Amino acid sequence: MAFFLEATFVGLFFFGWNRMSRVAHLIVTWALAIATNLSALWILIANGWMQFPAGAWFNPDTMRMEVSNFMEVLFNPVAQAKFVHTVSAGYVVGAIFVLSISAYYLLRGRHAALAKRSMTVAASFGLASALSVVVLGDESGYTAGQNQKMKIAAIEAMWNTEPAPASFTVFGIPDLKNHTTKYEVKVPWVLGLIATRTADMEVPGINNLVETAKFRIRNGMIAYDALDKLKKDRGNASLRTTLKVHVDDLGYALLLKRFRPDVQNATPAEIDAAAASTIPDVPVLFWSFRFMVGLGFFFIALFAVAFWLSAKRKLDTYPLFLKVAFWSLPLPWIAAELGWIVAEYGRQPWVIEGVLPTALGVSSTPASNVLFSLLGFFVFYSTLLVADVYLMVKYIRLGPDETLGHSVGE
Amino acid sequence: MDYDTLRLIWWALLGILLIGFAVMDGFDLGTGILLPFVAKKDIERRVVINTVGPVWEGNQVWFILGGGAIFAAWPPLYATAFSGFYLAMFLVLLALILRPVGFKFRSKFVDPKLRSFWDWALFVGGLVPALVFGVAFGNLFVGVPYGFDSDLRLHIDITLLSLLNPFALLAGLVSVAMLTLHGATWVAYKADGVPGKRARAVIPYAALAFAVLFTAAGVWVLQLDGLRITSAAVADGASNPLLKTVARVTGGWWDNYTAHPLFWLAPFLAYAGALLAVVTRSRPVLAWVCSALVPVGTIATAGLSLFPFWLPSSSNPDQSLTVWDASSSKLTLEIMLGCVVIFLPIVIAYTGWAYRILRGPVKAESIMSDSHGNY
Repeated sequence: MAFFLEATFVGLFFFGWNRMSRVAHLIVTWALAIATNLSALWILIANGWMQFPAGAWFNPDTMRMEVSNFMEVLFNPVAQAKFVHTVSAGYVVGAIFVLSISAYYLLRGRHAALAKRSMTVAASFGLASALSVVVLGDESGYTAGQNQKMKIAAIEAMWNTEPAPASFTVFGIPDLKNHTTKYEVKVPWVLGLIATRTADMEVPGINNLVETAKFRIRNGMIAYDALDKLKKDRGNASLRTTLKVHVDDLGYALLLKRFRPDVQNATPAEIDAAAASTIPDVPVLFWSFRFMVGLGFFFIALFAVAFWLSAKRKLDTYPLFLKVAFWSLPLPWIAAELGWIVAEYGRQPWVIEGVLPTALGVSSTPASNVLFSLLGFFVFYSTLLVADVYLMVKYIRLGPDETLGHSVGE
Repeated sequence: MDYDTLRLIWWALLGILLIGFAVMDGFDLGTGILLPFVAKKDIERRVVINTVGPVWEGNQVWFILGGGAIFAAWPPLYATAFSGFYLAMFLVLLALILRPVGFKFRSKFVDPKLRSFWDWALFVGGLVPALVFGVAFGNLFVGVPYGFDSDLRLHIDITLLSLLNPFALLAGLVSVAMLTLHGATWVAYKADGVPGKRARAVIPYAALAFAVLFTAAGVWVLQLDGLRITSAAVADGASNPLLKTVARVTGGWWDNYTAHPLFWLAPFLAYAGALLAVVTRSRPVLAWVCSALVPVGTIATAGLSLFPFWLPSSSNPDQSLTVWDASSSKLTLEIMLGCVVIFLPIVIAYTGWAYRILRGPVKAESIMSDSHGNY
């Protein structure tokens, strides 16, 4: 529905100027903007469910998760926090793009009036967006602290539970072999406050969470055993009851599928290995998160300076600021990608947190096919990127008047 | 509402969405196929491209909607078809990506060689999806190798080459002829001047090609193995494809037509649409409506023939996905049906409004007067 609205109205938006009244065109523009945000909402509700599978139950007759409460899926707290965080990040990308191209025009002394006006809009819109990205990122951190404790612990490279409230590690070198983090620089209290919003609740460490995982794997093995017997004895009520009691940990037993197909007979060594596999890639998450947050604060500072300069009507007086603004062009994309890495790579080894391990979620499509398509897309998109960047640079150099074929009011 | 009724409704709805896709996106795929042939000069090509310029994006959403409906209402079918036809889908995606890029980049390059390159890209972007969708439909009749283990994990042994079997290729040609016809009536209506006239001349040939190929496919199906469910029919049971047995019957895909003579209306509609498009070709809007009946009839013919099967398995026929054992949960089907009932009329209403705003032929002069605003 949202895609439809977006795709139909984007055609009208570009081609409808001379075919409808200005009010109708404004309505189309708004419908297009709202539809784009709606698309993002639905996509992030789907992603939020993968992070925190609310409103669903495991149906042993069909061997899959099925919706039990649609409202819980819709108002999943993780999805809501993610939606606003991600959409604001998109706004920041747009605002920096406008800011940076406007800075380019000011540096070259072209289209000064238009560039300053664009910059003012970008600065105010960008400041609000950048602030909301960081604030709502904090909300994401809080919901992750509730539902994805391993992700938080990995982002922090926090190996052992600390007495509450936990401190935030600004810098450190995670040591995977010995499960410690070297050269730590810590700020007391901060992590405990972000993750639990209290001063007395503990944030569990990685080693402690692995112990929990072992317990849940053993539980899940009981569930899988019942499920396996149910396949031959579909009416057995006592097996169904056993499954129901332990079904929340079924996903943890599936982690053992990497080691053996009959997971109910796993050895203690296999259980230990499966529990250890619940630790995501600590250094990657640790650094991705820190660079992302650092960029977030940099954007706030950049927009604040731009906002202040525009209020003082001094946007074109500091070439250094304009240069910084111009060279910031790729940064919001990098920050967004880092955020994606934290969210998705931090969920490993799960494709659906606690329910379906990634190793079982993949299809039986041959790896060679996937590699072929990956390389194909890589080559194809790289070619398109070259054409795209060529055209973008061409039109940025041409400036707005020549691009549109008529003068833009200055 | 009963689970079995819901499943029937969703079977019909998916058919309607696929028909919607073939009718709406079909004509702009057809326009892509015709582009290098009905338009020779640069301005002619721009006229043809701009007949679909504002609408192809909205039309393509019918494809996403069809895919989305399979995903939401028929998840095992989605898993099997999208993983099994992986490289075919990849080809379609590459071709479909060529279209937006072709549309948007073409007019921004001045070099005639580059422009001609993008014209052929648009041709490929029209031909390949039309062909591959037809090939995919053909493979539904032939069956593809796949099965499930006891955990209901899917195992697929489909290769791209096995999908390109003779019957499937014939079905691909049916699809190309059908969409070329549909594109021709569109260009005849929307493109002013020479390209419109050339497109009108294409209509009889495309219609004849369709009729011949469609008939050949129908006769061929008599030689193919159809499937018949041999266990007790459970239409409202769990969506688990391991619980039934199936027999192979040569010519079995004609069974439904023998049992229900009314089904013959579907192929009749396809032939009638093609014939009427030729007859009415001097009245372009009417001809377009007639050629739209062709995909309606063709897809309905295939769907009614296969029912209740979705995707027959050649390696484990007992596990073939059917309407009765490959759906989402009852609750999901109910919620989705509610959404469709509310939103589909709204979508159709504003799509109609958009076409009203954009009505009338595209003229060379109007493109030149706003050369930067048009493709």
